Amino acid sequence: MLEFIILSPLFGAFVCGFFHKVFGEKQVIVFATIVLLLSALASWLIFLGVFSLNNDSKILFAWLRSGSFVADWSIKLDSLGKTMLVVVTSVSSLVHLYSIGYMENDHNWGKTDLYKARFFSYLSLFTFAMLVLVSADNIMQLFFGWEGVGLASYLLIGFYYKKPSANSAAIKAFIVNRVGDFFFLVGIFLIYVTFDTVYFSDIFLSLETSNRTFDKPIFFELSIVEIICFFLFVGAMGKSAQIFLHTWLPDAMEGPTPVSALIHAATMVTAGVFLICRFSPVFEMAPVTSSLVVIIGSSTAFFAASVALVQNDIKRIIAYSTCSQLGFMFVAAGSGFYHAAIFHLFTHAFFKALLFLGAGSIIHSMHHEQDIRKFGGLRLKLPWTFVMMLIGTLAITGAGIPLSYYIFGFNFGLSGFVSKDIIIEGVFASTNDFTPFAFYMLIFSAFLTSFYSWRLVFLTFFGQFRGNKDVFLHCHEPSWNMLIPLILLCLGSIFFGSLFEYSFTSEKYQIFADAILLSSKNTILHDFHYVPLGVKLAPFGAMLLGVGLAFYFYLFNQKAPILLAKELNILYQFLLNKWYFDEIYEAIIIKPIKFISKTFWQLGDIFIINGSIHGLAMVVIPKFVSLTSKAQSGFVYHYALVMIIGFSLILSAFVFYLIDY
Amino acid sequence: MTFILSLITFLPLLGAAIISLFVQGSDLRASENAKRVSLVTSLFVFFLSIFLLSQFDYTNAGFQFVEEFLWLGFFNYKLGIDGISISLVLLTASIMPIVFLSSWGINKRVKEFLIAFLLLETLMIGVFVSLDLFLFYVFFEAGLIPMFLIIGIWGGKDRVFASFKFFLYTLLGSILMLIAMIVMWDVSGTTDITKLLNFKFDHKPMYFLGIFMPVGMQTFLWLAFFASFAVKLPMFPLHTWLPDAHVQAPTAGSVVLAAILLKMGGYGFLRFSLPMFYEASLYFQNFVFLLSIIAIVYTSLIALAQTDMKKLIAYSSVAHMGFVTVGVFSFNQQGLDGAVFQMLSHGFISAGLFLVVGVIYERTGSRDISSFGGLTNNMPSYAFVFMIFTLGNIGLPGTSGFIGEFLTLIGLFNENYIYAAIAALGVILSACYALFLYKRMMFGDLIKESIKRIADLSLREKFCLYPFVILIIFLGFYPVIVLDVFSPSLELLIEGLE
Repeated sequence: MLEFIILSPLFGAFVCGFFHKVFGEKQVIVFATIVLLLSALASWLIFLGVFSLNNDSKILFAWLRSGSFVADWSIKLDSLGKTMLVVVTSVSSLVHLYSIGYMENDHNWGKTDLYKARFFSYLSLFTFAMLVLVSADNIMQLFFGWEGVGLASYLLIGFYYKKPSANSAAIKAFIVNRVGDFFFLVGIFLIYVTFDTVYFSDIFLSLETSNRTFDKPIFFELSIVEIICFFLFVGAMGKSAQIFLHTWLPDAMEGPTPVSALIHAATMVTAGVFLICRFSPVFEMAPVTSSLVVIIGSSTAFFAASVALVQNDIKRIIAYSTCSQLGFMFVAAGSGFYHAAIFHLFTHAFFKALLFLGAGSIIHSMHHEQDIRKFGGLRLKLPWTFVMMLIGTLAITGAGIPLSYYIFGFNFGLSGFVSKDIIIEGVFASTNDFTPFAFYMLIFSAFLTSFYSWRLVFLTFFGQFRGNKDVFLHCHEPSWNMLIPLILLCLGSIFFGSLFEYSFTSEKYQIFADAILLSSKNTILHDFHYVPLGVKLAPFGAMLLGVGLAFYFYLFNQKAPILLAKELNILYQFLLNKWYFDEIYEAIIIKPIKFISKTFWQLGDIFIINGSIHGLAMVVIPKFVSLTSKAQSGFVYHYALVMIIGFSLILSAFVFYLIDY
Repeated sequence: MTFILSLITFLPLLGAAIISLFVQGSDLRASENAKRVSLVTSLFVFFLSIFLLSQFDYTNAGFQFVEEFLWLGFFNYKLGIDGISISLVLLTASIMPIVFLSSWGINKRVKEFLIAFLLLETLMIGVFVSLDLFLFYVFFEAGLIPMFLIIGIWGGKDRVFASFKFFLYTLLGSILMLIAMIVMWDVSGTTDITKLLNFKFDHKPMYFLGIFMPVGMQTFLWLAFFASFAVKLPMFPLHTWLPDAHVQAPTAGSVVLAAILLKMGGYGFLRFSLPMFYEASLYFQNFVFLLSIIAIVYTSLIALAQTDMKKLIAYSSVAHMGFVTVGVFSFNQQGLDGAVFQMLSHGFISAGLFLVVGVIYERTGSRDISSFGGLTNNMPSYAFVFMIFTLGNIGLPGTSGFIGEFLTLIGLFNENYIYAAIAALGVILSACYALFLYKRMMFGDLIKESIKRIADLSLREKFCLYPFVILIIFLGFYPVIVLDVFSPSLELLIEGLE
């Protein structure tokens, strides 16, 4: 069963990649889709407990064995893995289904190009790598999946390889991720050197049994555990596009939209959050790094939301929104509330995939126009898509009935409402030094989230159409196989919050007890219920404020945003240019590296090393030769001769004296 | 069975003899025949070496298949293999058939070309199987001559300069090694490597030419061997001959140079420097680490600025061989396992990369990166193969490149974590230069007129390239299959150190 779930996407990728000429392109992509739908079904059955599995890791075959270093290929599925399994296979299978329609007649390719099979092969390959990542029982295998999803992401971002912008974005994604991977790798080395194992269970066991030794400060005030967590976290930052290593994510939107939904919203970018939750026992012993996680997470939540306010590309807005929501998850994980992080990851996967695929439908019907300034009034033309986007927006902004917990006994609202509010409550209840900072940042980000999400909806679906009239006349709802995934994701976005809240975060019935191990001091599962009323209402208030402001700006008084942008031009430019991160990196990293590499080559290799040796060979020795033999044409033969004579002299002296001893 | 090593070693020489004696004339048919003879010979060697592996005792970490007899009363002919050498023999034997297959298109002095390569194969295998100091030296040194000719005769525009540079650099190192070997023979009274492995060379301070030396004889011997192996490998700052040699060498020459000849340096460190001069190795450990780390970072950065494909790959080779030296000098199981694995893996990956370059050089006559772009449009199979080699070069998990780099870095991390962290920067840099190379050549629209009609891989080229693709991925997923071959011998080596 497990082998089927995990290996079937690989098989699908293989068939799509190598046998599309044999079986026909249409057939192989449908095959890959069906295979994934089956594995999604199977993982739901496992997740809901229809099939019970034991949590032991099942070793498939040996991978790396060298001395005491052992890492085998194996499958291990605990509660955390099962949750991720459901997220990955569900979104992936729906994206596969959606792509059958979306990739039909892509205008970037000719009629004879077999681009669809390649696309599906990459998608399935990605799914396989992601499943390996979540089902790993040692950090090496996790790293394999980690790099595998990076590779698939690179291939899919650069899918339109004729477009220079897509190629640059793909390389950027890979290299920025590699910077994170560098830290991850050092983290793995540290783990191996410290614990002498790379298996999760053994690491956690040795932490439990010999608590003291790992707590000792070794680097200033920091213990080895803190340092390990730091390196792992920076690795996670790269993959999850946290501030400073986020620059690749908006550019990654160069890939086809289904890719953005699957990889850059629902699954791959959440791998960083998964990593921290996987290492929860280690992070529980690293308060300083956890604080760093909280700071980075809340800064990212705020930063990305602020940039999303003024972007005009529909996909980039959603990309920054993803970045911001990932910040929320990191804050939860850093506060020791891993359950909420995973819960938000779970709900976010559905509503963010919904938003992306909805945006994909819009882009598809608008002939690949992505500028929301050229949309408007589309609710009449695309009523289904409109409803879906509306639900997605309600879910991400957090619409629901506040305080319904006291009435019904559970939080009633769309999924984002439940999961986001829990994070904010949990942050308030946590005992971290940076709790107030994170709390206010998140509330403010929630306000910004609401504003930019509704801005997108209002500009796209309301008002007058502002683009090419021809496009408007021809635009129509997408086909059924693109709508069905949207409807299913809609159901997830509406119900999963209320439905799964109890099982994810209940103190009594901890489904993550086998994966997320909290220290005895961490009582957040209990505490987050008991926060002041104001805290419980704050996110909802922020959301309302955001909606109201967006409504005023984009429906009621449309001159206001333009005036405001003029009034605060510096701030507007600052946000529009994404805080100038790309420009700064270009100036302080890329340009110097280019300069250094040129200098090393020209000055180091050619001038100094070659110059000195050539100088010796071509000038000094020929001079010497011409002096001694008075021969003018001292080329290679001559100095070879001199060399041999010289060496035989040294040699005989050497031997002579050594024999003497 | 008793003479299987001699058979494997000298079979290519027999092939060369057959070509020179029985293939007459220089017309098309004659050269076709010569090509067939050499391909069949190398395939024979390959199958023999597979047979050798099947007979190889994995549990025995020492030397096996030992042959020994005295020649002319003083010349001790002794062959034998352990886990390290059989791995490298297999590498050589599996690369050579592909080398011959890939040079099917050559038409200048075909017979001589093939003879040179067959001779080279004998000498390369000889290096890895000889258990006698002077026998080793003869094979090691004689290998220079065919390679010198291959670059000098069948090379590019500046071939003469490049071949002399190659020759002189390597010769310089080797002469120092020869002196050291004479001293070793003089001191220990034997040239038998198995006996020398147990001989302790003096490490106490001594007087030399009446001058007090703060270090022992071992140190001098180590330095002399180091000079030879460091040039061969090559290590910074003795690496500048390599880019020149690669750029000028014909494709087949580049493949052999990168895939096999460089490995002699790493093999030398493992066979001589480490076990025979352990104290000196320990003494110079930091020095070697430093040079290797400079090589990894510095040459990776230089690779970024290259405009010639072959130069770029040559510089990346230097960086990757840096991992071998850090692995060897970390003196622990992971480091040594990683070093040998990295040698094999780099053998396949660099061979693949140079073949890939050769494919389009044959079609267009250009190695300038900027003269390409958008090749994926016309060459999907080529794009796939090139991508796998690129990923292997980057060291992505799932390719053999990852295993070697990872293990050597773990080994280094055990010794010095700062150095390991700096060396791991190579992970980022290799992604930069390899992906930029791929992007500039393969992606984009096919605009340039000269390459608009370029054809995808032919069947022969697929036969050359796909074996490497399969090997790189297979070894990435199941490296244990080769780790099991050489790990015991390395374990024995480490035990002997203390």
